[in-house]
Amino acid sequence: MTPDTLLTVSGFSVTYDVDPPVEAVRDVSLELRRGEILGLAGESGCGKTTLAYGIQRLLKPPAVITGGRTVFHDESGQDVDINALDADALRAFRWDKVSMVFQGAMNALNPVVAIGRQLEDVFTTHRPAMGRAERREECARLLDIVGVGRERLRSYPHELSGGMRQRVMIAMAMALRPQLMIMDEPTTALDVLVQRGILRQISELREELGFSVIFITHDLPLLLEISDRIAVMKDGRIVEIDSAERIYRDPQHEYTRRLLASFPSLTGERGDFVRGAEKEAAR
Amino acid sequence: MTTLEFTNVSKRYKVRGAGDMLALDDVSFTLTSGQTIALVGQSGSGKSTIAKILTQLERASSGEVLLDGEPIPHRGPGLRRYRQRVRMVFQDPFASLNPYHTIRHHLERPLRLDKVVPKDQVEDEVRALLERVRLDPDATIDRRPHELSGGQRQRVAIARALASRPELLIADEPVSMLDVSIRLGVLNLLADLQRESDLGVLYITHDLATARHFSDEIMVLHHGVVVERGAADSVILDPQHEYTRALRDASPDPDKHFAAGAASTARS
Repeated sequence: MTPDTLLTVSGFSVTYDVDPPVEAVRDVSLELRRGEILGLAGESGCGKTTLAYGIQRLLKPPAVITGGRTVFHDESGQDVDINALDADALRAFRWDKVSMVFQGAMNALNPVVAIGRQLEDVFTTHRPAMGRAERREECARLLDIVGVGRERLRSYPHELSGGMRQRVMIAMAMALRPQLMIMDEPTTALDVLVQRGILRQISELREELGFSVIFITHDLPLLLEISDRIAVMKDGRIVEIDSAERIYRDPQHEYTRRLLASFPSLTGERGDFVRGAEKEAAR
Repeated sequence: MTTLEFTNVSKRYKVRGAGDMLALDDVSFTLTSGQTIALVGQSGSGKSTIAKILTQLERASSGEVLLDGEPIPHRGPGLRRYRQRVRMVFQDPFASLNPYHTIRHHLERPLRLDKVVPKDQVEDEVRALLERVRLDPDATIDRRPHELSGGQRQRVAIARALASRPELLIADEPVSMLDVSIRLGVLNLLADLQRESDLGVLYITHDLATARHFSDEIMVLHHGVVVERGAADSVILDPQHEYTRALRDASPDPDKHFAAGAASTARS
C-alpha cells in the first residue's frame, strides 16, 4: 500500500445463498488510488455490480459476504474497515466518504418531490448543523456544477430530460464531497451525445475535486477512453487489471481479448467482424 | 427482386396541449432485396416511427409506402400478406417471446397461419428454421424462452421472423439488449441469412460502429429529417453533415483515443 491508496479490497467474496449457492464474487483483491478512475468491465452476471455493492455493504440477503476485507484509507490518515462498522457508523460513512450513482438512477428520483428538496435531504441527514440558507445555496451550487442550473431547483423529475436527471443524481452523489464515487452504468440508458457530455463533466470534476471513481459498465470502448485503469471481471473474478492503454494495446487474458473483439472499431479496420463470418455464429 | 419505397412520408403525433409533434418530416428511401440499410439517430429522432409505419402499426400522415409499386393495404388479407413479406425483429427477446409457450409453438404458428408448408411438414420446417439460426433443434425445440440465454432467444425471434419466408426484414435494435460478447454472433447471423436468402434488411440502431460494418448504406435521422445518407464507410469516415459528425465524435472510439494519445506523447 502506498500513501495515495484510497481503498484496499482483499480476498473479497460474495455468495448468493440460494439453492444451489451462487458464488458471485470470488476472492477479489484490488487497490484503488486517490483521484483514479477505475473501470470495472464485464458482462451481465459477472459480478461487477455485486462487487461494487459489496464493498460498501449495500447487499441484501440472500447475498452474504463470505470473506475478505475492505479498508478505506481516509484523507485524515485514519483507516476504516468497512466490514467492521456498526449500523450507525455505516450510515454516517456512506454518502459522506463513498457515494453511488445507481444504474438507471434517473428513475430513482422521487416523482412528487422537487429536485431541490431531494438534494436538501442529503444535507439535513448528514449535515444537521447546516442552516437552511446555506443548505439552499449549496444545492443551487451543485446544480450549477453539473450543468443543470440553479433555476431548476424547483423542477420535478418529469420536467427534466433523462440526461438532466442523471446529472441531478451525480450532483446528489457529489454533495458531501465524497472521496470515492461508485457509478454503475451511469450513462447506459442515455444517448451518445448526452453520454459524452456527462463523461466530460465527470472527468472535469474529478480533476477539480480529486475524488476517485469506480466506473462500472459493459461498454469497453467507453471505459478505455475514460479510465486510468481497467479491471476485467468474469465469473466473479478479476481476470485482468491494468492501465487502460495496456488493456487496449496488449491484453493478456484470453477473455479480455474476446471482449475487445466484440466491439467493432468505429473508424478502424473491420477486425474480427467480417460479414459472413461463421466462427462466432455457433455461440 | 422486392422493392419497398418510402416516399415523402411525414408523421404527426397529436400531443395533448402542445399541438402537433412532427415525428417524421418528408422522409424518402428505398429498400431492395439483398441490401442492408442502417438507420441511425438518437432516441426521439424518429427511427422507431419508421419501423412502426413499415409494419403498419402506425399510418403515415402524408406520403406513401409502396411495396413493388403497390400501396400497403391498411387491413384485411392484403395487410396480412404484406406482413408476411415484410417482417420485424424486435429489440427485446425477453419480451417478444411468450413465456408460456415452447419454442416449437413459436415457430409453428407463423408456419400454420401463413400456410407456408403443408401440415405434415411443419415439424421438419421448424427444425430446419432452428438450424438456420444455428440452434440445435433437439436441444431447443421443447424448451420455453426462460430456459434459453438472451442470444438464443433472439435467434428464436429471428427464426420466427424468417418462418414466413419474408423478403424484407426490419430489425429494430436487434442486439442492444444482448450481452456484448454475443452481439456480433447475432449480427453475423443476420448478415449470413441476408446473403443466403437475398433479404433486404433495415437495421435500426444507435450504434454507429455496427451500423458501419453491418450495412451497405447508412441513413442518419435527426428530428425526423434524414440529414445524411450514403455508403456506410463514407458516412462514418467522412461525414458531411454537422450532426453526423457530432454523433461520430461522441461515440467511444478507443482507436482514435489512443492514436491521439500516442501522438501527443511523441510530441512532448
